[in-house]
Amino acid sequence: MAVITLPKNSRVGRGRTFPAPEGAKRVKEFRIYRWNADDGKNPVIDTYTLDLDRVGPMVLDALIYIKNELDPTLTFRRSCREGICGSCAMNIDGGNTLACLKPTAEVKRAVAIYPLPHMPVIKDLVPDLTTAYAQLQSIKPWLQADSAAPPDGERLQSREERAKLDGMWECILCYCCTTSCPSYWWNGDKYLGPATLLAAYRWIADSRDENTGERLDALEDPFKLYRCHTIMNCTQTCPKGLNPAQAIQEIKQMIAERQG
Amino acid sequence: MGAAQKPTVTSPGITVMRSQLGRVRGTGAAHAGSHHWKAERVTAIALVPLTVWFVVAVLAHLGADQQSMAAWAGRPWNAALLLALIAMNFHHMHLGLQVVYEDYIHTIPRREAAILATKGACLLLGLLAAVAVLKLAVMAH
Repeated sequence: MAVITLPKNSRVGRGRTFPAPEGAKRVKEFRIYRWNADDGKNPVIDTYTLDLDRVGPMVLDALIYIKNELDPTLTFRRSCREGICGSCAMNIDGGNTLACLKPTAEVKRAVAIYPLPHMPVIKDLVPDLTTAYAQLQSIKPWLQADSAAPPDGERLQSREERAKLDGMWECILCYCCTTSCPSYWWNGDKYLGPATLLAAYRWIADSRDENTGERLDALEDPFKLYRCHTIMNCTQTCPKGLNPAQAIQEIKQMIAERQG
Repeated sequence: MGAAQKPTVTSPGITVMRSQLGRVRGTGAAHAGSHHWKAERVTAIALVPLTVWFVVAVLAHLGADQQSMAAWAGRPWNAALLLALIAMNFHHMHLGLQVVYEDYIHTIPRREAAILATKGACLLLGLLAAVAVLKLAVMAH
């Protein structure tokens, strides 16, 4: 059965507390999940109280401040700090989003920060996404065509054909959606998850791709595709405002239509 | 010969060394599931008017005695609609419950047992309900 309670070694305890600096006027608590594989201990929540007048506006600014000024052991991924690399995806205030796009001011309570849900944790806020990346690889996210490309230029699309890719090419593969999906939590080893299915539909909808049928064949499976029960967490949480649930629906529709 | 040598190929505690891609591809796509998905939706749509009709009809007979209720259910159109309601209801039920089991039960023999038991129960209960309606329709007069 699906395991609802956390296993003993995953129960989260209380960690260290870093008090507000003296003279701070606008203070905010950040409660951050900490775990590392080396000490054999359970995860804990460390509490850092920051002076918002010394920190940038986004949650990622706070994390970088903590790492630079208070606690260099805090581990998280980040790169572009402007919502295009997808590295700083994490669970902030109960929702998956990018730390760099999440204004601290949007969080009314103490800012609770956890790694992406239900993935193995490597350290602190760094999840292990190797299965999710393999799932993306499994749907062959690249152009497949038997017709030779024009010798003197690119494969052309009409404006209408190109417009079909809008809302999909923008995906940055942060996996906020996939890790917000209960179906992925319970069956993540077999269900491909919204991010990978959005990527699959991006190629199914591409007029230049000639393997639409094979792509649909590879998805038509009770677990790979039909574990989606239109829960819609994916669309609600996407930090880029995309709609993976609709892409999944389009795939199901296309499979139904080709059966007549 | 002395003590058997322990193999030193894998690290202790690691039982799966298959690549992530190999695990994810697994046994491939079943090329199934779409009929199940469609049947769930078709039966759900059919149940909307049938259920509304049934609830309204029962409310209209509030306080009626057993004989007039039996006569009502035995009329051809009423009996046909009742049979349709029963068929759609139990078909939808076993399809839906199968999905719930597939979501939450991860031991395959246990999952299959639950699915088969549910299908059997739905079939029997559906047949029982259908026979009851047919009895009213065919033998009442």
